[in-house]
Amino acid sequence: MVQPPITSPHVSARQDTGAVMRLVLLATLPGVATLTWFFGWGTVINICWASLVAIGAEALVLKLRKRPAGFYLRDCSALVTAFLLAISIPPYAPWWLLLVGVAVAIIIAKQLYGGIGYNPFNPAMVGYVVLLISFPVEMTSWAAPAGSVADQPALLGPLDALYASFPWLTAQSIDAFTMATPLDVFKQNDSRLVTELWGSEPQFGVFGGRGWEWVNVAFLAGGLWLLYKRIFTWHAPVSMLIALALMAALFYDGGSAASKGSPLFHLFTGATMFGAFFIVTDPVSSAVSNRGRIIYGASIGVLIFLIRNYGDYPDAVAFAVLLLNFAAPLIDYYTQPRTYGHGRSTRK
Amino acid sequence: MTRRVFDIHGGVHPPGNKSQSLAAAIVPAGIPELLILPLSQTVGAPAKAIVQAGDQVLKGQMIAEANGFVSAPVHAPSSGTIVAVDDQLIAHSSGMTAPCMTLRTDGRDDWIKHEGVADYRRCDKQELLQLIRAAGIAGLGGAGFPTAVKLNPPADKPITTLIINGTECEPYITADHILMRERAADIVRGAEILAHLLTPQETLFGVEDNKPDAIAALRKAAEGTAIEIVEFATKYPSGGEKQLIEILTGKQVPSGGLPADIGIVCQNAGTTYAIARAIEHGEPLISRVTTITGKTVARPCNMEVLLGTPLRFLLEQCGWRPGDMSRLIVGGPMMGFTMPSADVPVVKTSNCILAPNEQEMPTPHTAQACIRCGLCAEACPASLLPQQLYWFARAREYEKLEEHHLADCIECGACSYVCPSNIPLVQYYRASKAEIRHRDLEHVKAEQARVRFEAREARLEKLEQEKQAKRKARKAAAKMSKPKSSEADPKREEIRAAVARAKAKKETNAANEDPVQAAIARAQAQRAQAASTPVDPLAQLQKKLASADKRLGNTRAKLQRAQDAGSDKIALLEGSLGKLEEKRQQAQQALEDFQRQGTA
Repeated sequence: MVQPPITSPHVSARQDTGAVMRLVLLATLPGVATLTWFFGWGTVINICWASLVAIGAEALVLKLRKRPAGFYLRDCSALVTAFLLAISIPPYAPWWLLLVGVAVAIIIAKQLYGGIGYNPFNPAMVGYVVLLISFPVEMTSWAAPAGSVADQPALLGPLDALYASFPWLTAQSIDAFTMATPLDVFKQNDSRLVTELWGSEPQFGVFGGRGWEWVNVAFLAGGLWLLYKRIFTWHAPVSMLIALALMAALFYDGGSAASKGSPLFHLFTGATMFGAFFIVTDPVSSAVSNRGRIIYGASIGVLIFLIRNYGDYPDAVAFAVLLLNFAAPLIDYYTQPRTYGHGRSTRK
Repeated sequence: MTRRVFDIHGGVHPPGNKSQSLAAAIVPAGIPELLILPLSQTVGAPAKAIVQAGDQVLKGQMIAEANGFVSAPVHAPSSGTIVAVDDQLIAHSSGMTAPCMTLRTDGRDDWIKHEGVADYRRCDKQELLQLIRAAGIAGLGGAGFPTAVKLNPPADKPITTLIINGTECEPYITADHILMRERAADIVRGAEILAHLLTPQETLFGVEDNKPDAIAALRKAAEGTAIEIVEFATKYPSGGEKQLIEILTGKQVPSGGLPADIGIVCQNAGTTYAIARAIEHGEPLISRVTTITGKTVARPCNMEVLLGTPLRFLLEQCGWRPGDMSRLIVGGPMMGFTMPSADVPVVKTSNCILAPNEQEMPTPHTAQACIRCGLCAEACPASLLPQQLYWFARAREYEKLEEHHLADCIECGACSYVCPSNIPLVQYYRASKAEIRHRDLEHVKAEQARVRFEAREARLEKLEQEKQAKRKARKAAAKMSKPKSSEADPKREEIRAAVARAKAKKETNAANEDPVQAAIARAQAQRAQAASTPVDPLAQLQKKLASADKRLGNTRAKLQRAQDAGSDKIALLEGSLGKLEEKRQQAQQALEDFQRQGTA
């Protein structure tokens, strides 16, 4: 049996999926560093633990599916899922929370659908939503950002953070100082003007949530770097941000008690930038054409605003993304690009 | 020179790797001992050999004639003796063999008497076309479509724009580039001949901006002519015919159509040069400039090569190290074909021989899963969604593939080039296209079978009805003539019937005893029946129509196969298809006439 001839093209751009995924991991680092700066080492512990669980779960299922584990692990997609979920989860979350979340993400949301490239839903967001619905208390206790309260205890160091997540490692009891997030405050508010909120509540910073605004700036920077590296196109993230800002502008009445927060607040609070550049851009579960990605991103932006302000959960990125994952094939169907030689024959 | 150029969707920027082969001027490759000349070097029907093994031939002598409209003749590239007309390995990636003529050269290189026309402007259009056709010229850019056919668009499609394609967007290839640099004047004269033939309103000569020396030479040569040299940004695949047309005119060739549909004819620069040689000097197409390059070649260069020269003969002149070679490619790195051996000959379309090493063109890695990153869709010059096509190709969803316009894929390879998962996308599309062609063919066949079956059913039913009607009539007649007594005496009637049966049985028994007698009797009975029953003219006409249908279907299928195979007998089959269609029409007409008479 002769080898089948190698067919054209005989050259390639020498990029591989693993390299793409590693760039994405690298791009999360500014955001992770900022999270650590404001909330302590919990996020780093989350990421390490989630990565271990993800690789273990991926290897296990690949073995059960009789696939070459080394070959698939090298694409680093499991690590990306682990990073994204770990970043989304409150720092100092108990160890079993991430264990359940990552296992659901990798085993159910990804591998049971056929592994990388075949998952209709964003695995990290499936993991997140499962946790949020099952363990709402653990999932909504965010650490207080540094500098929010005068007599706030110091942020937890790496070892304390480890003990906070894995209490059975030590005899002492370590707890992080938690506080409602700025989005929670807005949701709870029914009488105070926006300026009053800003003046009286410690959660608010310069233009967004305290700490959160810089976390968002950091994720924006990482995202722009990926955009520059041409890892994804601008269509989905930019249209999502614009849609969210437009919705916020539309409902912002200058700061009354019924106000939902300014466009700037919405752009730089919660998971907005992280969602726009690291979740919405997941190619596998999104729409494929550029036009489709604009619709996909913009719909997510609108949904985020609606769910943030009228839903029962603190943030909305995960639900909005999953809903649009459902809609992606439909969007694809209606947004096929015009092929060369079809439709109009001249352009001016 | 501020003509507006248009951008095409997608495209990629692979490293050019052109400078290696551009250092030296065009080198004559010399005359190898044996020249192998495939009878099919172009799109269309293979040429028909007109000399035999043992015949002496002169350089430039026609040795195989065009066989049909879409076909091109083959000429002897040098003088010598035809030693064989048989199947040889050709430049095809499958390693397939095809009819070839082998010419043992005598080294004298004696030309046959030839001369060009004194002034092409005085020549009749048909006369010029005939000269181009007789010179065996076909698209030298890679597609190899017989040029005379392309230069003869239907009268209802006037040509407004003539485009000369000097883009050469594929990496490594510099055959057109060096030709434009060194022989710009000939190319410009060729373009003028084409303009004389087609009388366009404008003649545009498109060249990518990575060939400044060629552009300068062309501009100088084109001074005082109506030819406009248009320079545009380098991007692969700008040199695709459809892409170049969009870059220069902003128009898109309709899907499934030809450039002539929008008043455009496009010719490659090398082809234009060959046309000038044919018209002005009477030289048929017997040589071409071919790039020999790749890292296993010590001295990359461009050679003027006699058609039929084995690749090995050229590579060895350039310091070839076959041991290091990862694969041997004819054409460029984006669309070239892997060769089964270095013994295959250069043909009219061989613009480049690429002999890379493993580091330059490594064995491809195992494909990873598609993550739908969309890089392929960004790179696709046809604005397709390659990732969706890949998905549908794997799932064998042929309707979906057609809905997503797989047929508009030009197989440029840009999608595979950018794919981070190393998926051989183009290979999937080629396989699916072949599969769809095959399926369509089956569909046509099934449709024909259905029509035939229904016609047969209708005919049988009609016969049955006629039979029933006759039987009824006979019964009625018998009833009328029956004697009344039989009713009165059923018993007697029964006895009589029994006697008759016994008699008949006895008779048949007797006949059965002698098979010869029986056969004779049967034959006689048949003959008598045939003589007595009048031939049903309706059935006969229907039969005629059905058989015409059948033959038409068969021929169509044959033609389709021939077209798929890329050559064989297309023109012949097209001819007979026409005749058969005529016959079928006649049959149908006759049938309809008859039926009209019947109902009238």
